[in-house]
Amino acid sequence: MGSQSLVALNDVSMDVLEGEYIAVMGSSGSGKSTFMNILGCLDVPTRGEYLFNGESVISKSKIQLAHLRRDNIGFVFQSFNLLSRTTAYDNVELPLIYSNVALLKRRVKVEQALISVGLKDRMSSMPNMLSGGQQQRVAIARAIVNNPKMLLADEPTGNLDTRTSMEIIQIFQELNDKGITVVMVTHEEDIAQTSKRRIVFRDGKMLKSEDTTNRIIASEQLKLLPKLEEVVL
Amino acid sequence: MYIQSSIKVAFKALGKNRFRSFLTMLGIIIGVVSVIVMEAIGNGSSADINTRISSLGTNLITISPVSARSMGVSQESGTAPTLKKEDADILMSEVSSITAVSPFVRTTKQMKFGNQNWRSNISGVYPEYFAIRDMEIESGTIFTKADEKKLAKVCIIGKTVQNNLFPGSQNPIGSTIRIGTTPFLIIGTLKSKGTSGGGQDQDDIVLAPYSTVQNRMLGSDNIQQIYVSAESEDVVNTAVSEIQKSLRIRHQLLPSAPNDFTISTQLDIRETLNTVVNTITILLSAVAAISLFVGGIGIMNIMLVSVTERTREIGIRMAVGATGFDVQFQLLLEAVVLSLIGGVSGIALGLTTSYLVMRFAGFTSIVTVQSIIISFIVSTLIGIFFGWYPSRKAANLNPIDALRYE
Repeated sequence: MGSQSLVALNDVSMDVLEGEYIAVMGSSGSGKSTFMNILGCLDVPTRGEYLFNGESVISKSKIQLAHLRRDNIGFVFQSFNLLSRTTAYDNVELPLIYSNVALLKRRVKVEQALISVGLKDRMSSMPNMLSGGQQQRVAIARAIVNNPKMLLADEPTGNLDTRTSMEIIQIFQELNDKGITVVMVTHEEDIAQTSKRRIVFRDGKMLKSEDTTNRIIASEQLKLLPKLEEVVL
Repeated sequence: MYIQSSIKVAFKALGKNRFRSFLTMLGIIIGVVSVIVMEAIGNGSSADINTRISSLGTNLITISPVSARSMGVSQESGTAPTLKKEDADILMSEVSSITAVSPFVRTTKQMKFGNQNWRSNISGVYPEYFAIRDMEIESGTIFTKADEKKLAKVCIIGKTVQNNLFPGSQNPIGSTIRIGTTPFLIIGTLKSKGTSGGGQDQDDIVLAPYSTVQNRMLGSDNIQQIYVSAESEDVVNTAVSEIQKSLRIRHQLLPSAPNDFTISTQLDIRETLNTVVNTITILLSAVAAISLFVGGIGIMNIMLVSVTERTREIGIRMAVGATGFDVQFQLLLEAVVLSLIGGVSGIALGLTTSYLVMRFAGFTSIVTVQSIIISFIVSTLIGIFFGWYPSRKAANLNPIDALRYE
């Protein structure tokens, strides 16, 4: 928006492999949002190259980018970003409408997606009738309904309590086990610990990229969590 | 399927702000109503004028002698002794585009019946005159060619004469009245035609066979007018030039001499009046069109507000794969739905208003299918035209900024 030009990312080079689960960390202004936007084909780098699935993204038109997002990438946001006064079902259906999927096929896919995030009974609920965790599940269902290759999550657990966070992470890990690449921005150490690899940005540069040791498996963690909550209480 | 979902979303979006949508539509509704009503009144007055002129006889051609000059002073028109009954007869046989001809003579006489008396005109005409002038008989019959030949003393009287000579509800048919000194048998009465455009009472007349009036009441064989009926309105101009040619030959006028008669038709009057009505209709329609335009600006305004309000929603849609085209189509559709609903309600309300105007304000109003179709198309176009800029603006939003918008 401003007239000042600012270099958000500089000299960053990395590969995201299929089936990876990456946690992106860094303080605000470190360039991780720009990184995510480029990864999600919402933005293209001023200079440099981004290959998605072996294809160059920077030369694509706006429409081609929209189609690329539609067919390959699912987004999950910190603030859920569901359409208000629109049912869970209709929210999840949205990407399919833009992909021109036929009505009956849409219904099957939407129901599958909502079942896979455990919201079978809340299909016709409006977002304001759902808890934060449930809203985020709807958002995840919307992100995966088109069978994307990659799931991009921008602080998906930022607005959620510990237990709900783990439940969301559990879904991510399940999806990752099925082969979907997950890239997730987070500030929380224990959430980052659930990834397979973490990268850290600072001042527009990639500071480090390392494999996670002692990876937390959410389903196991959840078994422990009730006890933790008892302690807190 | 895609369109179906888009329409669903459009209605949902408009339904969220029902009152606002209604107010926006109101602009279009008022515009369309005024267009339809103005058109209807314009058409109605035009038709009104035409029927009034038609009641004078649309294919009517009147031939009168020019004014006489006596000692270099022009007398009133029709005073020159140049037209004869034979002129009328010859026209019937020589001019092909005419269907009926009648000579016309008139004189003013005192008329008496019993102890009532009334001063009025008695006109001598052929039986064809009734058809030429669109005169209808209320009761009785008109006189015939035979009456004409034998100088029969029969007459047909107008309403005013009837009311004055036969007060109350007496039936005048079969009675003999005295016109001047001559007794006439009444064989028919005319339907009332009311007052003419010039303020003349068209019912204050008595009609009798031409030969009777000419021979028994007038001294000369000059006639005051010849009335001609052209085959149709379209051939009136042809008939006029044929009549002129024929009469010039018969009157043996040199090519350089002016006509010694004048020919007039109803077309001139009608054209003038129609021009006036058209001008008024165009003016009113222009006002109506302006209000439709203002309604369109209202739509644009609301769509701009809507785009701003829904920036985040647009961002979400773009993130999940909507293209700029999808977004533009969606918003354009909303604008068109708004203006179309406005247009259709406007048409319905316009029809009602036109009917009420006719029923209670006394205007004749004619709603044409054309004006309905045009209103329909124009309101759709207004939606597209005024929805274009706001929807374009939405389509050009950057998804990142749109998602971050609070």
